[in-house]
Amino acid sequence: MTRARSLDVPVLARVEGEGAMHVRIRDGKVDDVRLQIYEPPRFFEGFLRGRDAAEAPDITARICGICPVAYQAAACNAVEAARGETVTDAIRAMRRLLYCGEWIESHALHIYLLHAPDFLGYPDALSMAADHRELVQQGLRLKKTGNELMELAGGRAVHPVNIKVGGFYRFPTPSEMARARASLDQAAADAEATLRAVAALALPDVRMDYHFVALDPENGDYPLEDGRFVLSGDGVGDPDRFALDLFDERVVELHVEHSNALHARLHGVGSYVVGPLARWALVGDRMTGRAAALAAELDVERPVRNPFASIVVRALEVVFAVEEAQRLLDTWPGDPGPSGVDVPRGPGVGYGASEAPRGLLVHRYRLDDDGLIRDARIIPPTSQNQAQIEADLRAFVEDHLDLDDAELTRQCEVAIRNYDPCISCATHFLRLHVDRG
Amino acid sequence: MTTTTREPTRRRTARRPRRPKLAVWKFASCDGCQLSLLDCEDELLDVAEAVQVAYFPEATRAVVRGPYDLSLVEGSITTPHDAERIQQIRRSSKRLITIGACATAGGIQALRNTRDVAQLASVVYARPDYLDVLERSTPIRAHVTVEAELRGCPVDKGMLLEAVAAVLHDRKPRIPLSSVCSECKRRGTVCIAVAHGTPCLGPVTQAGCGALCPAYDRGCFGCFGPYGSANTAALADHLRAQGMPADEVERLFATFNAAAPAFEAEAARQRGESAEVSP
Repeated sequence: MTRARSLDVPVLARVEGEGAMHVRIRDGKVDDVRLQIYEPPRFFEGFLRGRDAAEAPDITARICGICPVAYQAAACNAVEAARGETVTDAIRAMRRLLYCGEWIESHALHIYLLHAPDFLGYPDALSMAADHRELVQQGLRLKKTGNELMELAGGRAVHPVNIKVGGFYRFPTPSEMARARASLDQAAADAEATLRAVAALALPDVRMDYHFVALDPENGDYPLEDGRFVLSGDGVGDPDRFALDLFDERVVELHVEHSNALHARLHGVGSYVVGPLARWALVGDRMTGRAAALAAELDVERPVRNPFASIVVRALEVVFAVEEAQRLLDTWPGDPGPSGVDVPRGPGVGYGASEAPRGLLVHRYRLDDDGLIRDARIIPPTSQNQAQIEADLRAFVEDHLDLDDAELTRQCEVAIRNYDPCISCATHFLRLHVDRG
Repeated sequence: MTTTTREPTRRRTARRPRRPKLAVWKFASCDGCQLSLLDCEDELLDVAEAVQVAYFPEATRAVVRGPYDLSLVEGSITTPHDAERIQQIRRSSKRLITIGACATAGGIQALRNTRDVAQLASVVYARPDYLDVLERSTPIRAHVTVEAELRGCPVDKGMLLEAVAAVLHDRKPRIPLSSVCSECKRRGTVCIAVAHGTPCLGPVTQAGCGALCPAYDRGCFGCFGPYGSANTAALADHLRAQGMPADEVERLFATFNAAAPAFEAEAARQRGESAEVSP
């Protein structure tokens, strides 16, 4: 006789976009796990065909309102690579500053509004504010600082207007930069307090064996706005390093029936993890200053193999991003040169990547003689993480069959949020449904 | 292993008059417009005290059943299921405001409206037969009546707060109806079209962004869609006369508000087609 349970979450809350979870358990074994992405497909790669390469940053930004800068940066990098052009150090620095803003905003949103309520026992941050008003205000203040940096460098927090292929329409003025710099000291204090608070959370104790993938910029920086190489490894042994241009050979995307997101698999490995855990595991030694000191003081292990501890690494990355933004503003050159380099129209194939808050994002464009896009491929972070999210759910459910359906379902939702999934991105991507029957 | 989480504590509902119930719904979109609500960092906690956040999956797992006093709707209708869902939402909403270019004009995904959807799907997906999508991406207004529409890709968060406040006080939201040009004048930005010959959609685009792009030495690219009496043909002819090829002019009108009637008609004219306009 079969004993069966099923856990269902038809609308996953506190994630970006529309997804569901379905888990089916038979005779105490997990029979099926599906992270279902029902966010309607929008066909970006389809209608990028025939568009001017210069339009790619603005069009692809609309894939995701939470991480538009990730799309804009990756698109710029890809088009510039296709045309064999490189930008100046000042332009690169301004892109990194813009990207620090997006990391601070998106990570603060996830830590405070999406993830922390799970660990403190609230349905949302708004009800959490009734008991922890100071804490929530601290989070909102940090988030606002991230938005201010995006407005400084990008003109607007959602879908910035100032970045373009070759650079920026204009650099911010010294007085605009001075105003933004002033709020970063408070942000540095808030970021440190955030890290201390999340490091003290009682988190589920889970250990997974992960394979991590992250960008490797040649200049040895912690990966953010650009990188031409990719690292792949378990965070213990020496990682494999390959050129970004080989990404298509290393990663296969599969279209499965239950999802409008394509599932990515790494050749010879299978499922893998991108995002804060991957960056910390593979290149965490590149963190400097206060972030490095706090990681040591608070004993943040490396690699982190507990997916629930991703909130700690996210908070560490906020400390890093605030400090990096301070550094970028403090070292901004008196004469930064032109805000853009000329990228003449013409043919080519180019890969571009960036580290979105939730992980590696890769674009590839093939351009024709007129500089129009012939073919586009976009591999967002959440579709790369999707197979691993399902593997995490399977492992978690099998270890926690003693929990009743309601609690098991709730904790599965938390396990999904560990990845800060961005479903709008991956659709090209989610419904939780647990079936024990 | 067990976790130390507690059961959700009671929500703050008791001891005050019934607060209006707010619901936030998502259709085909990027999430950016509902994020704009969460981006009101200085006002968010006050808003959450003035209204009961009854349905807002991006922000809370708590669900309060309808009917709702105000529904904010993001995104466009692109699937048969969503075409039914918006009807249910309308039935359970006293007032409904659309937020952003997708909900108000079909969004960038309305670029499918002039293409073959099966062919587009085959570019992205190995198994287009797994998908269930409509031929056209349409605004909410094409399906149900709406009390107000907020333009923009994304919406302006000030305008979002104004619209919520207005509805809660039974007045019409103050939405600017002039063109972006008027905002450049107010802001004191030198006209980049006249002074530098930069192609700019400002003269035909509805105000609301505060004339952001020209202040960044960039031509307006139409995030807020066509304003009421936009003379798109005159602007297009001017751009053509300045040497911009027809296909570039077409693309300029075919972005985030591609299915807004005035922009759709102009893009069609540039393709040499007679204007065929969305609902």
